[in-house]
Amino acid sequence: MNNYELMVIFTPILSEEEFKASQKKYSDLVIEAGGEIVHTNPWGLKSLAYPIQKKTTGIYWVVEFTALSDFNEKLKVQILRDEQIMRHVITKLDKNAVEYNYVKRNGGFKNLDKATV
Amino acid sequence: MAKSDIKYLTQVKQEKQKKKFCRFKKYGIKYVDYKDVDFLRKFLNEQGKILPRRLSGNSLKYQRKVGDAIKKARQMALLPYVTDLMK
Repeated sequence: MNNYELMVIFTPILSEEEFKASQKKYSDLVIEAGGEIVHTNPWGLKSLAYPIQKKTTGIYWVVEFTALSDFNEKLKVQILRDEQIMRHVITKLDKNAVEYNYVKRNGGFKNLDKATV
Repeated sequence: MAKSDIKYLTQVKQEKQKKKFCRFKKYGIKYVDYKDVDFLRKFLNEQGKILPRRLSGNSLKYQRKVGDAIKKARQMALLPYVTDLMK
């Protein structure tokens, strides 16, 4: 069971409940395949740094989950088939990353001058 | 020894070079998060290009992690590929 983090950009014309529905769809996909959702974090509508598919805003959604290593292929097929999704990235989290996310969620870092993490 | 012998017409104003340190080692940061845009922006210049190690002062291991994180952030449109006067 490896830790992964999926970040997805939906088209901005997505309505609220459609956004929720697709969130649920992918979360169920993970749970069905025996994985487990650690944390979901919908950022909502954000402006993009450069236009994607002629759109300048997108709805971001970040989800951290654990899954078997062969699950990502199935996930990718689903995501590529779904045309509401403009762009996605799946990153494998090593132990430092998992610990970083954990600390960030509960109370964040003590205020170091290097960053406002 | 040779350096001090050379006399310049004008006094060479050599401000003390701030000792560069790798902020990752110093503050014990282990993971560079590609979602943390403000932090990554410290490693980009005005055009949005990645700063070289001699300017950012990072050690090789962490400069690569920063590079990967920036490229992922660019892919996910969190950071622009090229821009002007981004700061």
